[in-house]
Amino acid sequence: MTDRPDIRAAVERRLKRRHAAERRFRLYGVLAITVAVAFLALLLGRIIEQGHSAFVTHSITLDVPVDAARVDPAYPQGANYDQMAAEALLVRLGVDANTADNGRAVRDLLSPDMGFQILAQVRADPSLIGRTVTIEAPVGDSADLYFKGEISRDTPEEQRVLTDQQIGWLDQLERQGLVEAHFNTGLFTRSDSTQPEMAGLLGAVVGSALMLMVTALLSIPVGVLAAVYLEEFAPKNRLTEIIEVNINNLAAVPSIVYGLLGLAVFIGWMGLPRSSPLVGGIVLSLMAMPTVIIATRAALKAVPQSIRDAALALGASRTQTVFAHVLPLAMPGVMTGSIISMAHALGETAPLLMIGMVSFVPGVPEGILSASSALPTQIFIWENAAEAAFHERTAAAILVLLVFMVVMNAVAIVLRRRLERRW
Amino acid sequence: MDAPVIDTRPIVAAGPKAPAHGIKVRTRDVSVFYGDKQALSDVSLDMADRAVTALIGPSGCGKSTFLRCLNRMNDTIQGARVEGVIELDGEDVNARAVDPVALRARVGMVFQRPNPFPKSIFENVAYGPRIHGLTTSKSELQDVVEQALRRAGLWDEVADRLDQSGSSLSGGQQQRLVIARAIAVDPEVILMDEPCSALDPIATARIEELIDELRQQYCIVIVTHSMAQAARVSQQTAFFHMGQIVEIGRTDELFTNPKEQRTLDYITGRFG
Amino acid sequence: MMDSTNQHTVRAYGDELNQITADVARMGGLAEAQIADAIESVSRRDAELAQQVIARDARLDELQREIERKAIRLIALRQPVATDLRRTVAAMKIATDLERTGDLARSVAKRGLSLSDLEPLAPLTRSIERMGKLVAKRMKAVLDAYVTSEIAGALDVWSHDDDVDEHYNALFRELLTYMMADPRTITSCAHLLFMAKNLERIGDHATNIAEMIHYEITGDELDTARPRQGADDTPVSEKEPS
Repeated sequence: MTDRPDIRAAVERRLKRRHAAERRFRLYGVLAITVAVAFLALLLGRIIEQGHSAFVTHSITLDVPVDAARVDPAYPQGANYDQMAAEALLVRLGVDANTADNGRAVRDLLSPDMGFQILAQVRADPSLIGRTVTIEAPVGDSADLYFKGEISRDTPEEQRVLTDQQIGWLDQLERQGLVEAHFNTGLFTRSDSTQPEMAGLLGAVVGSALMLMVTALLSIPVGVLAAVYLEEFAPKNRLTEIIEVNINNLAAVPSIVYGLLGLAVFIGWMGLPRSSPLVGGIVLSLMAMPTVIIATRAALKAVPQSIRDAALALGASRTQTVFAHVLPLAMPGVMTGSIISMAHALGETAPLLMIGMVSFVPGVPEGILSASSALPTQIFIWENAAEAAFHERTAAAILVLLVFMVVMNAVAIVLRRRLERRW
Repeated sequence: MDAPVIDTRPIVAAGPKAPAHGIKVRTRDVSVFYGDKQALSDVSLDMADRAVTALIGPSGCGKSTFLRCLNRMNDTIQGARVEGVIELDGEDVNARAVDPVALRARVGMVFQRPNPFPKSIFENVAYGPRIHGLTTSKSELQDVVEQALRRAGLWDEVADRLDQSGSSLSGGQQQRLVIARAIAVDPEVILMDEPCSALDPIATARIEELIDELRQQYCIVIVTHSMAQAARVSQQTAFFHMGQIVEIGRTDELFTNPKEQRTLDYITGRFG
Repeated sequence: MMDSTNQHTVRAYGDELNQITADVARMGGLAEAQIADAIESVSRRDAELAQQVIARDARLDELQREIERKAIRLIALRQPVATDLRRTVAAMKIATDLERTGDLARSVAKRGLSLSDLEPLAPLTRSIERMGKLVAKRMKAVLDAYVTSEIAGALDVWSHDDDVDEHYNALFRELLTYMMADPRTITSCAHLLFMAKNLERIGDHATNIAEMIHYEITGDELDTARPRQGADDTPVSEKEPS
């Protein structure tokens, strides 16, 4: 380099400083990643810790005599089956005093589901009236929490939802082997309910699926074609520039604005049914479209010009060139962009709140026009519920939503890997 | 449509070896503008049939621009404007009645980097005949593909793997595949834009040998940065500089005894 | 005339080309000296000078091989075209001509050595000297033309090829007369005849060099039919029975 010793020494010092700067920068990088991962782990850990218990539930198996005196075969739904179940339980517990207090106390431990099941059996087979039926039903939400250890015997009685007497009964039932813990299939096979132990996500999942279907069918074809036109056919002039800028702006518009728009235009002006997956899907597709357009354009831009030249030079028309060569090559990028924007739409809450998808819908939506909830709004509803048992379900619903997102992203990655070709 | 009245006296290399097969492509006063920038001014050059015309010159001299005029590939560039007359067999290619898509079936093009479609070898070659509807049956298409691959000297190497991806071939094979793809639509003129610049010397030699064979059937126009290549493959050479033709000459004469000082400086490596 | 006033972008290439030209010029100077010294040794009957000429010929051979090596190397490594190619090829061919010229000068000096043991034939020696001076002048003119790249000088040499031939023919007749008049002079005259033939050949090499210079500069070959007296270009000597 140089023979001058002073310069050489300075060069060496500088070299040391440069290496030190390099090491520092790497350290910052590792720290940043560590912090990010730590927050993520904390968040996930908290949700899992809160939500994992919702995947387990306790049920009770009880023999309930259907009292012929209290059931009118012509009108079976008129009978109070809950009362019969409660009495059967009291008998089982060996409590003779069938007082009103005892009845209420014991009824709190059972789910209304038991009464519904007895009614369903009796309706299916009226000959059961006067005989004894064996019913397995979830325990009440407080009882479930007690079995999971969420309610402690050590808490002063006046601060618990369960009395000492009820806790005693629950312990007794457990000893008798009537209570059983198992996987909470109800979480996936039932829809929303006012009773936590009977509430499930099926309606929300179906609602979200219907909505996403509408979103995908609208935003992907329209978005991809718009991008193809803008990128491959449209002349590059002021107008297309303005359009391009505005598409980028649209992608940045807060989602609640889309909700307001949906409320005003689709529900208010066009008169589409409120809370329906159709309106939700349209609103979400408006929101997803700019993302799809931007992703598609980026993918098209990445296709080498030489492929277009090759096709054009062979005498292919523009359209043939684009649809036979350019778009297939851009497909991995288009698919990835679309799926990620769909995943984004799946998790979107704010616009759905605006169009009324936050209302209580107890059943599975029958079609895109019927009222429905969606996964994120279901989380929102449950989080606001009073019963403690809903809170663990909120966390469980978040986990389910996250799993859907991870699956969609994984599909995007797999599709990209599978479709990606070298050129 | 009126045929343009142009000076049809040949603008080709003079000398005892005048083109034996007449002139295929005739250009007069061709100027090209990209927006406000003039890339080519008043280029007049005739390209003989069944002969190789080489276009040489420093980067940005307009030789590729000129090449792209011949099959109207400049149409695909926004803001490009072509003036002057370009005739293929006496027919103005820029006339309204001429469909560029049909023109490009007659004037094939091979690019600098091998650009096979990311499809199978068969599909690469079959694409052209398919879109132009040149064949009526599958077996006929297979024949066309085989013929094209044979003429491109690639058949023996790929006959047993036609269903493999075109991009699985080596660079030189890809370039020959691209040439096969171009000749599959049975063009009359083949334009080559620096076809060997991405290839090693052996692959280059094979392409040059192929060009020499194809010369028996086509009018070939080749843009090249390698003067040695122009000297090896062409019969006529045109030297472009700053968007103009400086000298047109028989290749052997241009490389032993150029008439213009700029040509001499360029080919002997004295470009300042 | 088109000249390469610009420098080569690769400067070493230009340097190598110039080196070859300089070598040829140097070799030309040496060949010129050889011719002059050979004539001198004959006219002065100077055996020592003749020995020197004979000894120095090896240097010319070596220079010719060196120029050839350099030219081949340049062709292989630089692939010269146009003027550069012509310059390289001309240098090679001129070097060959000069090497042959050197051989002929050495032969003249050798015969001078043999003559120095015999009776001097003063008028004949003077004729040889005149012819030798003419040939040397032509060689000098053509080499000057090479160094200065002057096509006029080369053309001048090329078009006056006949002067040497005329000299040769005159000398031939003179020698014939001597030999018929006095058979004792036959040995000397035979030596002088071969000398004259050698000088005439040197003149041909000068013409060749003039042609090469023309080709190097213009790229065109000179017409092979030189402006001779009489259509027959076979030298008179070759018609004679030996």
